[in-house]
Amino acid sequence: MTTVAAEPTAPPAAPRTTGRGRLVLTRLLSARGAVAGAVLVLLLFALAFGGPYLTPWDYATPDFGALHQPPSAEHWFGTNGIGQDVFAQTVRGLQKSLVIGLLVALFSTVLASLVGACAGYFGGWTDRALMFLVDLLLVFPSFLIITIVSPRLKSTGWIAFVLLLALFNWMITARVVRSMTISLREREFVRAARFMGVRPLRIITRHILPNVASFLIIDATIAVGGAVMSETALSYFGFGVKAPDVSLGTLLAAGTSEAPVFPWLFYFAAGLLVLFVLAVNLIGDGLRDALDPTAGGPRRRRSARRKKP
Amino acid sequence: MTTTVETPLLAVRDLRVDFAGPHGPVPAVRGVDLTVRRGETLGIVGESGSGKSVTALSVLGLLPHTASLHGSVRLDGRELVGLPGKELAAIRGHRVAMVFQDPLSAFTPVYRIGDQIAEAVRIHQPVDKAAARRRAAELLDLVGIPAPERALDSFPHEFSGGMRQRAMIAMAIANDPDILLADEPTTALDVTIQAQVLDVLRTAQRETGAALVLVSHDLGVIAGMADRVAVMYAGRVVETAGVDELFAAPRHPYTLGLIGAVPRLDGRGGPLVPIPGAPAPMADLPTGCPFAARCPLAEDRCSAAEPELAGDEGHLAACVRSAELAERRPAPAEVFPVPELPAAVGSAAGSGDRGSVAGSGDRGSRAPVLAVSGLGKTFPLLKGTVFKRKVGEVYAVDGVDLDLREGETLGLVGESGSGKSTTLFELLNLAAPETGRIELLGHDAAALSRAEAHRLRAELQIVFQDPMASLDPRMPIGDIVAEPLRAQHAAREEIARRVPELLRQVGLDPDHAARYPHQFSGGQRQRVSIARALAVRPKLLVLDEPVSALDVSIQAGVLNLLQALKAELGLSYLFVSHDLSVIRHLADRVSVMYLGRTVEQGEVSAVFDRPRHPYTRALLSAVPLPDPAAERARDRILLAGDPPSPTERHTGCPFRTRCPVYAGLADPAARTRCEQERPALVGDTPAQDHQAACHYPES
Repeated sequence: MTTVAAEPTAPPAAPRTTGRGRLVLTRLLSARGAVAGAVLVLLLFALAFGGPYLTPWDYATPDFGALHQPPSAEHWFGTNGIGQDVFAQTVRGLQKSLVIGLLVALFSTVLASLVGACAGYFGGWTDRALMFLVDLLLVFPSFLIITIVSPRLKSTGWIAFVLLLALFNWMITARVVRSMTISLREREFVRAARFMGVRPLRIITRHILPNVASFLIIDATIAVGGAVMSETALSYFGFGVKAPDVSLGTLLAAGTSEAPVFPWLFYFAAGLLVLFVLAVNLIGDGLRDALDPTAGGPRRRRSARRKKP
Repeated sequence: MTTTVETPLLAVRDLRVDFAGPHGPVPAVRGVDLTVRRGETLGIVGESGSGKSVTALSVLGLLPHTASLHGSVRLDGRELVGLPGKELAAIRGHRVAMVFQDPLSAFTPVYRIGDQIAEAVRIHQPVDKAAARRRAAELLDLVGIPAPERALDSFPHEFSGGMRQRAMIAMAIANDPDILLADEPTTALDVTIQAQVLDVLRTAQRETGAALVLVSHDLGVIAGMADRVAVMYAGRVVETAGVDELFAAPRHPYTLGLIGAVPRLDGRGGPLVPIPGAPAPMADLPTGCPFAARCPLAEDRCSAAEPELAGDEGHLAACVRSAELAERRPAPAEVFPVPELPAAVGSAAGSGDRGSVAGSGDRGSRAPVLAVSGLGKTFPLLKGTVFKRKVGEVYAVDGVDLDLREGETLGLVGESGSGKSTTLFELLNLAAPETGRIELLGHDAAALSRAEAHRLRAELQIVFQDPMASLDPRMPIGDIVAEPLRAQHAAREEIARRVPELLRQVGLDPDHAARYPHQFSGGQRQRVSIARALAVRPKLLVLDEPVSALDVSIQAGVLNLLQALKAELGLSYLFVSHDLSVIRHLADRVSVMYLGRTVEQGEVSAVFDRPRHPYTRALLSAVPLPDPAAERARDRILLAGDPPSPTERHTGCPFRTRCPVYAGLADPAARTRCEQERPALVGDTPAQDHQAACHYPES
């Protein structure tokens, strides 16, 4: 510790932005896993949206000359029982699943964190009202509601479907965020911010949410995989993605039973899904480490550990 | 250590303890030699991380499995290291007993106190249940627990902290041990309770004739209790001597620095002597003397090899220049660099006459920063899980008066539960108080509009006790310091300019703005807190126990910083502390609280030199002085019992249940007055700035 510099000091060096955002970004970019995950997701997007131009086949048009064919030069991923090209179907399905998985996870996590943090932070009637809403949505059979509502939303397309999936996916996360917020609210740094005159919503975004970020990130990465699968379930019942349109979920559902005999119907879609979820997890891990300063990054030396007196 | 003919009771030789760390073993204790003779008190003093607790724990073999222990611990000539667990268990509690720091976690919460003490008796003595219970009652009586028969059936949570610590001592002496190990036995307790517990420890030692090993970071406690002292630094004993010798003529610069860093209750202000730097990192110790990096007397040879503990009979020090120190006997300030404090505070810290800011006598002409009168706050006591109903009220604050003028430091003193924190939060809420009136910088808190309150927040900032808890762990300190500026909508350029300036002002490197709080030491974190509080150029800084979480040598630096900042920026401080020495050192005026009420207030020198309220007198006499001679010469006023519960509102004087003056009143009419009439805060003469709320004040 140095002694006090009494004089008001020379003009400071050129203002540098050393804010949290920049620090987190630097840390994120220096984490190899996160960068690999991001590259992988970008590659998957490239494949999903560029793939259809690579193959002469269309995802819906059957090739009656090739039924249940294994992968070949003609049909890269083989064909299914009615002669549709599996590669064309997979990349088409990947388009849907990527968008649905990421957006559902994003929307539900944002919603959950906002509702949970507000309920926990404000307490009182806000808390009671929001938790009533959460409990109500929890007891509603979400599946039933989606089945009832989705035919009416046909015209609005996939975005409505994403919103619906997100809407029934956030409640448990919100409850956990709420209870974490309640314990954070009593922490001194939150109290300090309040006494400094920081507005409640700013406290939530600047102090509460970063401190529950580890949980939120893990939850969001799990939600990505979950969203792809629940979309499958709905598609199976004829809501969401409808035949002849496909998603990874519908492909998997269709291919599961035939996997032992015609593995190409199942393993290409499954492999891409695994890759996708893995990439998201890598990004999530990197983001969590970047947000948590105590996580020992490769560049960081741990500060001297405090010991009991 | 002296070699006597008789075998010492406890002899620790070359004790080494390593803890497994992520990058190989980290030493905690590196070659400690200690000798304890029958009936004597050995004080082990050191800062956190110096290895003093680990040393105490290793005597009993109570270290966790990640620790590896080498060396020898002999009890009456019998080697304890490497003894099988069963044989060690026969020694623990029987010949060597331990008093832990936190009595709440040292008792099993689900068993009654009496059963736990009786269990301790029956493990080592072949007595039946009834006899063990009788013995338990005797022991509780010995440690001064009222109604011991009834107390036997209480659960630990029903006891207050002081009572629990007494019960802990009762349990420790249950089998007449030869050695009592007390690991920071009073650190978690209030100062009046600490005095009680130390007294009980003395009684227990007298009754059992046991030797006492007292581990503490508090030099005052050590000075009052110990016969011999061992000072530890970085896992080694750096100096050991008889208590008088050690305090009068320390031979190790670290000991000298520690003594200089402690603010003293009887001493005059002036700058404290901080030890520069931070404690040596145990995982990465330098070669040579571990203190060399902080030592102003360091020479080239210090970094070459670690000096051995050497010296004449009874006084050893591990310093190459100890002979020189023994001869020259310098004061701490002559050895350690003392920071220059601006003149205003230098004289203000003297007695009576205050410096230019707090001019002499004309307090009334300076603008009031904070005026509180009759502040009250109650919390409802609720019962029921679904439908809460009110079953009572806690009178947390019940009549607090504060008066703080520009450029002053007002010390707010009180024990835990006296309502200090509640008072602060009421002030900081900037809303109408439940009862009473708060006036901040001329604004009535009750009449503030939202916008005004928001603007006023910039004038009033707070520094919390625990810098780790009050800084967001996920924010770099640059952002933390900028936060109040952002809250006040300062321009981006202004923020970018202010942050490095603030960091420099509190003695931190502006280049560290991108680091996170956990990368700083405790003292540095508190400096970040102070920088954050100063960001919006407040007029009033509320300091809530700002140094009580810090080590002594670090505390001195922060206190000096606060003094310097006050003089430089013309701040007013509301300084809350339970540590009267710190208040004496820093404050101009002091206000003493008991059970939610102000019982005495006035100028620091008046209140501390001539306390009028019996509570203040007891509080002052309970503070241990880091000076063995003065400590022994003082008379003590020991308060009986604990503060009563704030759930009932007391008629009359709330202090009378523990008051020695009330207990000594012969006249029934005079006693009735204490019971019926609530004493008002009045002064002896209107001219003097010193009031006490007592019917029979000391004049």
